[in-house]
Amino acid sequence: MRIFPLMGAVAAGLVVTTAEIVGQANLNGAGATFPNPIYTKWFDGYAKRTGVKINYQSISSGGGIRQFTQGTVDFGASDGPMTDTQIAAVQGNVAHIPTVLGAVVLTYNLPGAGTAKLKLDGPTIVDIFLGKITKWNDSRLAALNPGIKLPASDLLVVRRSDGSGTTYVFVDYLAKVSAEWRSRVGVNTAVNWPVGLGGKGNEGVTQQVKQLEGSIGYVELVYALANKLSYASVINPAGKPVDPTLEAVTAAAASAKLPATTDFRVSITNAPGAQAYPIASFTWLLVKADNGDATKGKQLKDFLVWMVGAEAQKMAADLGYAPLPGDVSGLVTERIKALKVAGRVT
Amino acid sequence: MAGPESRRVDIAPVSAPLTGRNPGDLLFKSVLTLAAVAVPLLLGFLVYELYLGSELAIDRFGLAFVRTSTWDPVAEEFGAWPLIFGTLLSATIALAIAVPLSLGVAIYLTEFSPNWLRQPVSFVIELLAAIPSVVYGLWGIFVLIPFLRTTVFKFLHAKLGFLPIFSGPVYGNSMLAAGIILAIMVMPYIMSVSREVLLAVPASQREAALGLGATRWEAAWTAVVPYARSGIVGAVILGLGRALGETMAVTMLIGNRHEVAASLLAPGYTMAAVIANEFTEAASDIHYAALTYVALVLFGVTVIVNAGARLLIWRVSRGQVEGGRGV
Repeated sequence: MRIFPLMGAVAAGLVVTTAEIVGQANLNGAGATFPNPIYTKWFDGYAKRTGVKINYQSISSGGGIRQFTQGTVDFGASDGPMTDTQIAAVQGNVAHIPTVLGAVVLTYNLPGAGTAKLKLDGPTIVDIFLGKITKWNDSRLAALNPGIKLPASDLLVVRRSDGSGTTYVFVDYLAKVSAEWRSRVGVNTAVNWPVGLGGKGNEGVTQQVKQLEGSIGYVELVYALANKLSYASVINPAGKPVDPTLEAVTAAAASAKLPATTDFRVSITNAPGAQAYPIASFTWLLVKADNGDATKGKQLKDFLVWMVGAEAQKMAADLGYAPLPGDVSGLVTERIKALKVAGRVT
Repeated sequence: MAGPESRRVDIAPVSAPLTGRNPGDLLFKSVLTLAAVAVPLLLGFLVYELYLGSELAIDRFGLAFVRTSTWDPVAEEFGAWPLIFGTLLSATIALAIAVPLSLGVAIYLTEFSPNWLRQPVSFVIELLAAIPSVVYGLWGIFVLIPFLRTTVFKFLHAKLGFLPIFSGPVYGNSMLAAGIILAIMVMPYIMSVSREVLLAVPASQREAALGLGATRWEAAWTAVVPYARSGIVGAVILGLGRALGETMAVTMLIGNRHEVAASLLAPGYTMAAVIANEFTEAASDIHYAALTYVALVLFGVTVIVNAGARLLIWRVSRGQVEGGRGV
């Protein structure tokens, strides 16, 4: 009996703390893991400036879409846009707001190459991942990389085993450069890989590639930069080999030339610009086009305006995310201003 | 006289509830009954939920699900045969390595080892059971796989590569690597249970065998081990159950490829691993349902394997009685 009061006190304490946490967060969101570091930084910085607290759970893009559809969060986040069917499930009440840009790089383990950077083009990447190129000294690889001594060893493919926005962007690119990829494998967050070893998460793929001599895999640019991986430059549609830098990724979005009426659900892989890195993509916040909750709608709108502004985009670049190019952020700002709150544009 | 009488008075209230209906007793009984009923209920509920979750996939793929091999989230075609194959094969490899090893250790510790060595060795082996599986996975990636790839796998590939089971490129992550890590993980279970069972064999068994002129080896092998047979089979089953369900370490080492490969050096996949990998990002309903269906199949496989094991224990222990009669 004597312990009951104590337990009661502890329980009451827990209730209070939980209530405090819930009571303090003004907005709740969930979704993509890839932009989680910058979102966390943004939400934290925004709370310090305005007092509006935003809670974000980095679960997965698919989870973000699911929770947004079920209405359990105020906004979702995804590396891949919602499909028409998914949009129909929320009666079209969704706006895709691009936040930053991501890119996928090809990382490899080829000690013989030294510091020389491997060059790849679309068709070669497709054939590597279709299992048609199986040796490093393949004539097509040799033709693209005249200065590099390529070994006669097996070319070991590493790809993701879990569903991922990273995979979506990568296979979207492959499907654009190859009709065979489009018909045989297709585009999704998870696909039926013709070859290769599956690693879980960017870190899983990285680990495999680091250890396995003669391997090649794909990971997020931010991840590759943070872990100082060696990655290939990719020959873009303009015929130029481009390194995956933040500028090249932003250039991809700039060269996509979005029309003024865009809903931003666009793929910017294989973008035409001469400086554009071809395996790039937007990542989106999913918000209600018309938010029935006037307070939350207003708060979210204010945050979004700040997010596309210069200060927040600069924070993104500091963390290794490619910021939105000027004309795109202009379009996004227009879209944010047109968001309705309780049926009206405020 | 006064003493015994007062003692009887003392006893009376204690013995009374045993025959009467004491409310406390009734409460105790119903709580226990509830606890006993809760477990099968929970199991039934679990199966029901799994069935509900996988209904879409069951309708679309039916029983052919367990023998088709395509796993294509884009075309929305799913088949679980490579997963079932991988689960059974990796567990088999694990047992093939772990059973002789752990039995050897258990027999050594009970029959041959000097006294001072027993406690430390069994303590260390049991400690293996306390390591979280993700730690095994990391150790596997950083230590075991690089080691295997540069030594064992390289050797097997170079010398025995003409055999289909050692052919193909050496990735490191493979069915064999997963089997080896599983072997290490199930060893402590098999070892400690069989050690306990061997310790429980009456000393008279050993003494009788030795008295008949058997060597220590013969005594252990002909008198002690057969006596403990059913217990040892039970220990192996415990290890098997663990090997079938292990998720994290296997996911990290098996290579995650939906394919039935002849080569043990090729990547494979297991049912538990695919669920761990794909559940969070299963965007379409049918993909989600297919994964739940995999869980249902895994449940079914576990039930079948365990039932088979029970049968085995039953037959082994019956054989033991007959054998005993023979002696």
